[in-house]
Amino acid sequence: MSGATAHIASGTARGRGEAAVVIADVAKHFGRVEALCGFSATIHYGRLTGLVGPDGAGKTTLMRVMTGLLVPDGGSVTLAGFDVVEDNDAIHIASGYMPQRFGLYEDLSVLENMRLYARLRGMDADQHAATFEDLLDFTRLGPFTSRLAGRLSGGMKQKLGLACALMAKPEVLLLDEPSVGVDPVSRQDLWRMVRELTDDGMAVVWSTAYLDEAERCESVLLLNAGKLEFDGPPRELTRRIDRRSFRLEQVGAARRAVLSQALNLPTVSDGVIQGDAVRVVLRADAARDAIDALVAETGAALQPVQPRFEDAFIDLLGGGPGGTSALAERFDAVELESDIAVSCRDLSKRFGDFTATDSVSFEVRKGEIFGLLGPNGAGKSTTFKMLCGLLKPTAGEAQVVGRDLRRATGAAKSQLGYMAQKFSLYGLLSVRQNLDFSAGVYGLQGRARRERIDEMIETFDLQPYLGTSPDALPLGYKQRLALACALMHRPPVLFLDEPTSGVDPITRREFWTHINGLARKGVTVMVTTHFMDEAEYCDRVAMMYRARLIALDAPDALKRGAVDDAHPDPTMEDAFIHLVQSADLDAQARADASAA
Amino acid sequence: MNTGTRTNRTGAAPAQRARDPFNWRRLAALVHKESLQAVRDPSTILIAFVLPVVLLFLFAYAVSLDVREVRIGVVLESDSAAAQALAAAFAGTRYLAVTPARERREVAGQVVSGTLRGYVVIPQDFERRLAARVPQPLVQVITDGSQPNTANFVANYAQGVVQTWRAGRADGAPAAGVALEPRYWFNAELESRRALVPGAIAIVMTIIGTMLTALVVAREWERGTMEAVLSTPASVAEILVGKLLPYFALGMAATLGSAALAIFVFDVPLRGSLAALLLLSAVFLIPALGQGLLISALTRNQFLASQIALFSGFLPAFLLSGFFFEIDAMPPPIQVITYAIPARYFVSSLQTVFLAGDVWPVFLPDLAAMAAIGMLFFAIAKRKTRKNLEA
Repeated sequence: MSGATAHIASGTARGRGEAAVVIADVAKHFGRVEALCGFSATIHYGRLTGLVGPDGAGKTTLMRVMTGLLVPDGGSVTLAGFDVVEDNDAIHIASGYMPQRFGLYEDLSVLENMRLYARLRGMDADQHAATFEDLLDFTRLGPFTSRLAGRLSGGMKQKLGLACALMAKPEVLLLDEPSVGVDPVSRQDLWRMVRELTDDGMAVVWSTAYLDEAERCESVLLLNAGKLEFDGPPRELTRRIDRRSFRLEQVGAARRAVLSQALNLPTVSDGVIQGDAVRVVLRADAARDAIDALVAETGAALQPVQPRFEDAFIDLLGGGPGGTSALAERFDAVELESDIAVSCRDLSKRFGDFTATDSVSFEVRKGEIFGLLGPNGAGKSTTFKMLCGLLKPTAGEAQVVGRDLRRATGAAKSQLGYMAQKFSLYGLLSVRQNLDFSAGVYGLQGRARRERIDEMIETFDLQPYLGTSPDALPLGYKQRLALACALMHRPPVLFLDEPTSGVDPITRREFWTHINGLARKGVTVMVTTHFMDEAEYCDRVAMMYRARLIALDAPDALKRGAVDDAHPDPTMEDAFIHLVQSADLDAQARADASAA
Repeated sequence: MNTGTRTNRTGAAPAQRARDPFNWRRLAALVHKESLQAVRDPSTILIAFVLPVVLLFLFAYAVSLDVREVRIGVVLESDSAAAQALAAAFAGTRYLAVTPARERREVAGQVVSGTLRGYVVIPQDFERRLAARVPQPLVQVITDGSQPNTANFVANYAQGVVQTWRAGRADGAPAAGVALEPRYWFNAELESRRALVPGAIAIVMTIIGTMLTALVVAREWERGTMEAVLSTPASVAEILVGKLLPYFALGMAATLGSAALAIFVFDVPLRGSLAALLLLSAVFLIPALGQGLLISALTRNQFLASQIALFSGFLPAFLLSGFFFEIDAMPPPIQVITYAIPARYFVSSLQTVFLAGDVWPVFLPDLAAMAAIGMLFFAIAKRKTRKNLEA
């Protein structure tokens, strides 16, 4: 047992690998929606089990069933030997649960929250001191005990949630999407803590929509649309696609065309852009000749690469969409007067004494895919909204296709399409009426309007849903409809604020096919995302951290900058962590210099 | 089953305690948490202490059912001494503020524009009418019927002024057969403030008890804190009682504050005992808090909770409790409904304890009714609240 967790872990004598949670034929539906479609699985002590799947797969429902907060409609679940329905009280003692949304009191301090949970879990006063010291040490929250929980950063909030969930030494720890809204640095901290706990014999369930996190778990339950698609070590799933993952390297400027061609090959199941390269996954037992021909034609170098969990997941679901965007095909090539589509200089926004965006400057070329990346609260959305003319900058200038957003807001706005981060459709209108409305609001009339709407319905497969309310659509379709509305007037500049959050990986690929196709037609695309791997699709990425622009370069260049002994082949996430850490060091150095 | 190993690990004592249906230490922890939140939340302080003061001031000063200084015009068409004397009588009363005029035209416009509430015409042939054997109307009274209360008052009072003036002239006008001298009990000065301020306390308590309770529970659902608390060993009863106790204390504190304000600032007498007032308030908080709890069991949305509290708590307490509108004057079906409004019993007892004294035959049925309605609310709320997230 490691020293730091001496008072935290239950000190179990139970053997590693014994069953902690037994799920038998569990089913749960809400109205007509089948959230869990009846599957069985076992979760073991001493292991980190990933509950992985896209949003809406049923992860949270399963979590809530396991922690006794929802009653299954069929089947049973036992946790630490107790039935979640029959022995509900015992479940709350044996398990520690951290809900997806921060569940602690924001108007109480760190210590007050911890005390509350200690007393709710019936801890004696003499146990407090030692446990608190350990937990604060473990979560590194020691210096912040008197800070109100609402004032903590996203990462610190999750650590506090973890500390409260760990309060009574639970045997099973259930963490619902603990890494959402947490910057990569804090996320690493969370992984470290969870690993120490499983080393001490605790069963930890970590649910996540990030498929790359699955690879860090010892065992994975892969959910999709309420069904259990896979149960076992992640390596077992990726082994199925061994020797089927390749990278077409040094395709450079032609990468979008290459990806499009590759995806249209019947032998290719999946493909994504990775900086200057294109990564493809071949179908099972597919012949190599088609891809070899493409490689020869484009002059690329074909490198076999390690399969990823996400590749395997897409393959499991039957592969991604094709490479041609019907939507972009219909676009005319965009002609602009200037080569610069979007630019801003010293753009700043302050809300009271809080600076959300601090003198940000950049220029975006016509036809470029430009990514804004950063943790929650870094200022991405604020910057974005100023560029779209939705927020007035406190200082600085912003231009879209040469039009000043301060003076010619209306003219500039007609040149851009905007897809908001939060769902921005009208719930009281049907899908068709939403399309009608956005066509009308952009001034489309008569035949052009009818044609454009029909085109969107066809491209995004909206026909079966025309009469329903957007609220009732599956999440992927909501996003499709929102994109259709944003593109109705064929704008030369497209702003997408987290277009793929909450969307399953297949729909994400479909979105990127459209985005790539549009960019090839000369549409300028500005995009924010919190999926680090999606940043690889961008021509250039602006990294934002604490309201400032800390880096702006091509994805490959950013990754190259993060190469060190520990990371010979860094990922986008490694690059991000590296940049954030050097930004923090810089800030520290400046603070020291001004102090001296 | 491996219950044996578990007992060894966690120890029997904590496990046992955690599984108690009701644990005082957990309750204390929840009460402590709720109190900290209440103290830190500016809106709680606003509702519990600032709102009562504002309401009491409103009801004490701005809203008055008494009529004083009503603006009327007096058109003096006759120059006779008697007519002048009558005009002076109008000008002399403190209930009217008189604008003198010589012609109707001067004041008619002001009645239309609402500057004056009416006018009295002392006609040219006033002397002749006064002297006539057969009683003839002496003056003409025009009033603004768009405000019926005031119009009635102007008409009646104008009559009164004329009669008093006439009685004061010893010229043999027919004297009234029986002299009536009215005397009002409990509120001898007939100041509506004295009846309104105790009633306002009932409104304040309804807001604190029902609205605040419904809001703070809905807030826990909205912010997701309820999910985390439900996943601990705390029971539903502990969570709910932990919510109620701090707001009970807050309600009692607000009552004391309001009573002090009523007595020392607004000169409302407290003829009954403070103990009776506190007992009444404490018992009224049972239905008020119970209703809040019931609302929060029905909706987990703050906006909806506040709307339901407004329509089911505040408005009935305002309109149907007899605080503002007399129940006896309501149509019979509405009168029946008022029996279901806890504030009705509280208002009746409050007015008694302030203006009459400790009249236990009034209090006891009121207390019983409030307690009964409160218990009903609690029983339904308990049935509707489950310890899970199922809607």
